[in-house]
Amino acid sequence: MTISRALFLVALGMALGTQALAAPNESQIERGHHVYQKWCYPCHGPGTDKPGTNAMAAQGLKPAVLEERTDLTPAAIKGYVRHGIYFMPTFRKTEISDADLDAIAAYLTRSNKPAATK
Amino acid sequence: MQLPPGVTSKDFSAALEQFANAVGKDWVFSSEADVNLYRDSYTPFWHEEKEPIPSAAVAPDNVEQVQQVVRIASQYKIPLWPISTGKNLGYGGAAPRMSGTVVLDLKRMNRVLEVNEKNHYALVEPGVSYFDLYHYIRERNLKVWIDPPDPGWGSLVGNALERGGGYTPMRDHFDAHCGMEIVMADGEVVRTGMGALPNSQTWQQYKYGFGPYLDGIFSQSNFGIVTKMGFWLYPEPEAYLSGTVSVPLRDDIHKMVEVFAYLANSGIVRGTTSVLKTSSFLQSDRGDTTVGLGGSTKSMEQYAAQKDLGYWSIDLPFYGAANVIAAEWEYAKEKFSVIPGVKFRDGVSYRFPLDPQQLAKIANPVPLGVPSLTTFSIGGPRSQGHIWFSPIIPMTGEAVLQAQDVFEQAYRDMGSPSAAPPGFPIWSFFSRAFVIIYFMPIEHDVEKNRRNREIFRQLIKIAAQHGWGEYRTHTAYMDDIMNAYSFNNHALLRLDETLKDALDPNGILAPGKSGVWPKRMRKANA
Repeated sequence: MTISRALFLVALGMALGTQALAAPNESQIERGHHVYQKWCYPCHGPGTDKPGTNAMAAQGLKPAVLEERTDLTPAAIKGYVRHGIYFMPTFRKTEISDADLDAIAAYLTRSNKPAATK
Repeated sequence: MQLPPGVTSKDFSAALEQFANAVGKDWVFSSEADVNLYRDSYTPFWHEEKEPIPSAAVAPDNVEQVQQVVRIASQYKIPLWPISTGKNLGYGGAAPRMSGTVVLDLKRMNRVLEVNEKNHYALVEPGVSYFDLYHYIRERNLKVWIDPPDPGWGSLVGNALERGGGYTPMRDHFDAHCGMEIVMADGEVVRTGMGALPNSQTWQQYKYGFGPYLDGIFSQSNFGIVTKMGFWLYPEPEAYLSGTVSVPLRDDIHKMVEVFAYLANSGIVRGTTSVLKTSSFLQSDRGDTTVGLGGSTKSMEQYAAQKDLGYWSIDLPFYGAANVIAAEWEYAKEKFSVIPGVKFRDGVSYRFPLDPQQLAKIANPVPLGVPSLTTFSIGGPRSQGHIWFSPIIPMTGEAVLQAQDVFEQAYRDMGSPSAAPPGFPIWSFFSRAFVIIYFMPIEHDVEKNRRNREIFRQLIKIAAQHGWGEYRTHTAYMDDIMNAYSFNNHALLRLDETLKDALDPNGILAPGKSGVWPKRMRKANA
């Protein structure tokens, strides 16, 4: 038996508060945008046909579209992708490599305010 | 790490090293964190020891590497569980049937080998998803449609081998395939149909080739690893329109289904639709016991009349030339008009191609050949996943009513699965018969999952008692369902086992798939 995904993510959120981040470069953000479009957008893009966006909106998370958020941390993003959350499944390294995941994280944190990425 | 049964730690390590030599060390996964990515995100065994956990995963890039992996696995008798895109959620995801199995992840084999616009076909590898092929076609502005199932991230090869269904006239995905390439358990490569002819010009144009037609034995099976597969595509139609037929009384279902079957079997209605018991799908009435389980027929008929709804309704999809499908809808109305009180409503209509702005306004584009993930909203925002109970029933009104009564009674007797949405959806994903698709929730709660598994197994038995069998299932229930297909003392399973022993004597390919076990594991899993 392993730790549940929910418990993992709670632990993850608590552990991340002080993690410092290196500033991602533009090419990594661009790569992240490309990977995001392929793997994340169909569930997390804008529109009522996107289950991830719908679920986040229903839970009162604002903004519900991932790309509009400025409070995500790279470790949390990686945790969701590798551990899943609710009906979001895990993604394997043959789907999203560690390098691609770094790029997604760079893209989704590109607009973070300094306090949010600490 | 749980080793495969009968394999020593020393042999397993040696095999992993040889796998790495074959595919590259970056593509052999054996750490706990990496192996966990191959567990079923929608497992009905959350927090239980019964959950099948793989021992490792290996991801070849091409058919030669698949051959090498198979030969190494055969040498050490290590079981392999092939997956295509690994997104068979609701039916087991990427996880094997048996703990200790090594997942053979074919996602890296993601090449679109050919799309032919003039003869309307494609040849793809297992890692190609519906999204991948759709974008390939759109980027080249080719005038062909794919037929996605509800979740677009699945594999064309995997979904067809699982005998999945979509919505357009190419909706029976196994039926729409034409030609396979298969790596057998001894590493031999076989091509079926015209692919067996060197320099064949028609591998994706004529299905049967010469001699026994074998493609069927590689679907829902563990007899070989399919590494290429051809598919017939639908020429982009000129237009689409839909129309809704609704009828007022419960017993109108008989004539309604009879007319529908005539239209479908005549090739007039060529897409997937569903027969809806209208009242069960009104979200606002979920708490109204007069229209839910236990409501009387009269009260539901009165309710439907008050709301100006039919007791039953059916949306008819039409694909093709604009003037032809308009005539087909008129003809359908004429045929349904024998039912007193029948009502018709024109639905949406489109001319193709659609531009991106038009497409963005369509809530569910899947029936228009556009892949989507919209379906994952089905269980609500806090859903932990789902599996499906999906029996095939006759395309008759009698069967619809009987199935409704039988399964509703079963739910009254056992209690509905926790978090199950209401409804009794009857689909025409395949020709000539209906399939009912029941949503069974997954919970992160041992007791609820245990109870839901009991309900699921009971539903399998009840269905079998009435002559209804499931078309596909989650790995957890494969033995139960194969056990129900028991004519003549399980003659079908015994034939499957004969084939299994002949084609895979070391028993390395997908042990337990569809309830078929290799000889060396058969007694333990009987």
